[in-house]
Amino acid sequence: MTEVAPPPAPPPSGFLTWLRRLPSAVGISGRALVIAAPAAWLTLFFIVPLAVVFGISLATKQFGQPPYSNLMTTENGTVQLTLHLSNYIRVFTDPSGIYINAFLSSIRIAAISTVVAILIGYPMAYAIARAPDKWRNVLLMLVILPFWTSFLLRVYALSGFLRGEGVINNTLALFGIAPLTMMQTDFAVYVGIVYSYLPFFILPLYTNLVKLDPSLLEASADLGARPIRTFFSVTLPLSMPGVVAGAMLVFIPAIGEFVIPSLLGGPGTQMIGRILWDEFFAKTNWPRAAALAITMLVIVVIPIMLMQRAQNAVVEGRR
Amino acid sequence: MAKKPQLAADTRPWRDPAAKPFVRIRHVTKKFGDVAAVNDLSLDIYKGELFCLLGGSGSGKSTLLRMLAGFESPTSGTIEIDGQDMSKVPPYNRPVNMMFQSYALFPHMNVWNNIAYGLKRDHMPKDEITARVQELLKLVKLEDYAARRPHQLSGGQRQRVALARALAKRPKLLLLDEPLGALDKKLREETQFELVKIQETLGVTFIVVTHDQEEAMSLATRIGVMNQGEIAMVGEPTEIYEFPNSRFVANFIGSANMVEGVVTEDEPDHVRIHSTELGTDIYVDHGVDCSPEQILWWAIRPEKVVLTRDRPAPQPGVPPDANMVKGYVEDIAYLGDMTVYQVRLDNGRYMRVTKTNALRGDPNAISWDETVWASWAGASGSVLTN
Repeated sequence: MTEVAPPPAPPPSGFLTWLRRLPSAVGISGRALVIAAPAAWLTLFFIVPLAVVFGISLATKQFGQPPYSNLMTTENGTVQLTLHLSNYIRVFTDPSGIYINAFLSSIRIAAISTVVAILIGYPMAYAIARAPDKWRNVLLMLVILPFWTSFLLRVYALSGFLRGEGVINNTLALFGIAPLTMMQTDFAVYVGIVYSYLPFFILPLYTNLVKLDPSLLEASADLGARPIRTFFSVTLPLSMPGVVAGAMLVFIPAIGEFVIPSLLGGPGTQMIGRILWDEFFAKTNWPRAAALAITMLVIVVIPIMLMQRAQNAVVEGRR
Repeated sequence: MAKKPQLAADTRPWRDPAAKPFVRIRHVTKKFGDVAAVNDLSLDIYKGELFCLLGGSGSGKSTLLRMLAGFESPTSGTIEIDGQDMSKVPPYNRPVNMMFQSYALFPHMNVWNNIAYGLKRDHMPKDEITARVQELLKLVKLEDYAARRPHQLSGGQRQRVALARALAKRPKLLLLDEPLGALDKKLREETQFELVKIQETLGVTFIVVTHDQEEAMSLATRIGVMNQGEIAMVGEPTEIYEFPNSRFVANFIGSANMVEGVVTEDEPDHVRIHSTELGTDIYVDHGVDCSPEQILWWAIRPEKVVLTRDRPAPQPGVPPDANMVKGYVEDIAYLGDMTVYQVRLDNGRYMRVTKTNALRGDPNAISWDETVWASWAGASGSVLTN
């Protein structure tokens, strides 16, 4: 079959042609323009601020405006660049161990919350993905629904459940059970984090599970695997990309979480977000706060990279 | 290519009323909502058969296969496999394996593990699994591909992995859902041959679902033609093609010229049908279960009609005015092995006639715009009463 060539387009007017050819004439291709917009956005709102924070982390605290020393000083015509590593050293060697402990407890709390979110979220995502079509959207809606209320309000509302005279304890009292101390404990923080970030785990896992070819499950059953066996041999390995993506979406924000430990946690809950806040606002030690922020970034980036690699390995195995 | 009947004709199990069927389907109905996908269907399939369920989309053939595998349960009726009622048996406990239309190979496992999957579920000892998988890889000629993932294989290779995986547990009954549907024509023809060979070697009973009649004809020992959830006809390929029992089967299998007619003579040794649609009388040289004045249909395959330029001489035993009709060659399709003539009859109706091109470049072949006579023997057509 031969295709009839379309009639040649009428030559456009002179100015429009000129305008269209202008970018290529000065060496800009359409592709570069498309990439330029997000690149400019990222530079302006991510790389530049990050560089500023990194710069501040290498300064020292001083009184005045701004509350940190200049990195560059000009003296007798010599430009001097002074980089203080003391903030980073202090983060790891502070005699009270407060920063290290805060990091460790942040990682611990984030990790435990992620595991709990997986244990709760996986069955939910699975149930939604296997639900009849007419129910699926309603159930998904219910998962997303809490986002329609402010995050802060929801965390406050949780304290209404957890506090000494709260809904849970009042209910327990009806059965004559002594009140439980839940507020201002790590437990409350876990509840808060899992509750707040569960949808972020469910949604990516759901999109993965809903694409799972049902004939694979049938094939597994046909070859003699009971449903449990099928789950561990077929469903779970094939849903790993969704689990990893969802777990990252819980783990990463949970590490830096500030609101939940502040509102629900007790004095013993030292998460890095709170320390950072104190350092920045209470102690006005911007350089130390900046060093903490950079350290936290590194700590978060490493698991992201590891998980990404694991996910790529799984995805490459599939396609 | 079809599995040759290994037994003498009179001992073919489906011809022996005393034979015990391997699969017994009794009055099975499957409803999805109000729609019956399978409607009061009964069918017997015997050991060692290669049975083809043939039907268009929505005919219920896949639903029936899924009920045999256990993925759907019948709304009513019973399915027995090897004498055992299957209604309460889940898929993972049935002595049945299935080859899926999409192959359903596990994408996260290599070929070896795909084939070994069912054996591992049976907790077979490791060295036995190794031996069995090795043997299957050899059977499907994929020894060098054991470490590949499914996405690294071609369509034909995937099809063979799926077959090996389905055969791994040595099922008594193998269900194949459009096993060759995803292959191109040439590969399909080769694979058909191999499939029959494997089935003969292993002696497994095969039930194949297909919408491709050519595939069904070349594979099957028997074909079950399905229409709207019911079995329209069960029979050996020749029976289905040459002796269709209904207008649906005659039309569905191959092509047929079908006309309506009225019985004018109903004798034990012949029937005469007057058909205004055909513009002539049809003489059938055997008795038919009908009554005078009954309206019925008569179908004839295109290759059973003979075209001549001159009015043919009356055939012995056939009245001179019957079984021939004048027409005009309006269109010709040359297919290489044969030529299809579209003949317009005097009453405006079209008749499809095919002629084998036995002579190379026949200069005398009937061509466009010629006036011709179409004639046929008294036993060539089928009389259909429903």
